[in-house]
Amino acid sequence: MAEFALPANSRVQQGKTHKAPAGAKNVRVFKIYRYDPDTGANPRLDTYEIDLDDCGPMVLDALIKIKNEIDSTLTFRRSCREGICGSCAMNIDGTNTLACLKPIEDVKEDVKIYPLPHMPVVKDLVPDLTVPYAQLASIKPYMQTQTPPPPDRERLQSPEERAKLDGLWECILCFCCQTSCPSYWWNGDRYLGPAILLQAARWIHDSRDENTGERLDALEDPFRLYRCHTIMNCTKTCPKGLNPAKAIGSIKEKMIERR
Amino acid sequence: MRSLRTPLGRVRGLGSAKEGVGHWWGQRLSGLALVPLTLWFVISVIGLIGADYATFSAWLGTPGNATMMLLLVFVVFYHAQLGLQVVIEDYVHNEGAKMASLIAIKFATVALGVFCAVSILKLVAFGG
Repeated sequence: MAEFALPANSRVQQGKTHKAPAGAKNVRVFKIYRYDPDTGANPRLDTYEIDLDDCGPMVLDALIKIKNEIDSTLTFRRSCREGICGSCAMNIDGTNTLACLKPIEDVKEDVKIYPLPHMPVVKDLVPDLTVPYAQLASIKPYMQTQTPPPPDRERLQSPEERAKLDGLWECILCFCCQTSCPSYWWNGDRYLGPAILLQAARWIHDSRDENTGERLDALEDPFRLYRCHTIMNCTKTCPKGLNPAKAIGSIKEKMIERR
Repeated sequence: MRSLRTPLGRVRGLGSAKEGVGHWWGQRLSGLALVPLTLWFVISVIGLIGADYATFSAWLGTPGNATMMLLLVFVVFYHAQLGLQVVIEDYVHNEGAKMASLIAIKFATVALGVFCAVSILKLVAFGG
């Protein structure tokens, strides 16, 4: 059966509290999931009191401040700090999003930060994304053609054909949608998930790609594609405002169209 | 079992089943058909409130009502079977239990559907 409760060694316990410096006026409480595989201890929820008058506006600014000034053992991924690399995807205030795009002031009460849901945790806020990456590789996310490339120019595409890729090409593969999907939680080993299916749609709808049929063949499966039950968590959570559910719907349309 | 298989090998697994469109389309079509059928059923039941057995037999005995009732029964159990199959595939991960419940659902929905159809036809043919 699908597991609805955490195993005993994954239950989150109360952790340490790091107090705000004396004299801080604008204090916000951050509660952050901590897990260190080397200790063998259960995960814990550490509390950090942050003076917002001495901190940048985004959740990522607070995380970097904690790592630099309060607790250097806090582990998380980050790179571009402007919502284009997808590294700092995590669960903030109950919703998967990018820490760099999430203003602290958007969170009422305490700021609770967990790693992306239902993935194995490497350490603290770093999830193991091996399976989603392998799933991405499995759909061959690159152009496949039978026609040799024109000798004198690029493969052409009309502006209308190019427009069909809008809403698909912008995906940064942060896996916020992937890990928000209950179908992916229960059947992540066989269901490809919203992020991967959106990538698949990006190539299915590309007028220059000539392997559309093979791509649809590979997706035509009760688990790979049809575990999507239009729950819509993917669309609700996407920090880039994309619509993976619609992309999956467009693949289902193509499946009907070719019957 | 500890496995040293590559992540890509695991993800590619047994390959695509090359089916699923028929199931998905069948569920959508039967869902669509259930909208008018259910409306008809609810309105009919309300219209028959307080009716005695003879009135009900006469009502169901007309070809139109008997047809609608048979369609409703067929579509309901077809739709239920498809839907329950999805629920089991979602949540039951033990292969043995999954196969057993999928078989049970197929048999149960067909048996119940046939039982309903026989009951309707018996009433229509013999007036109850």
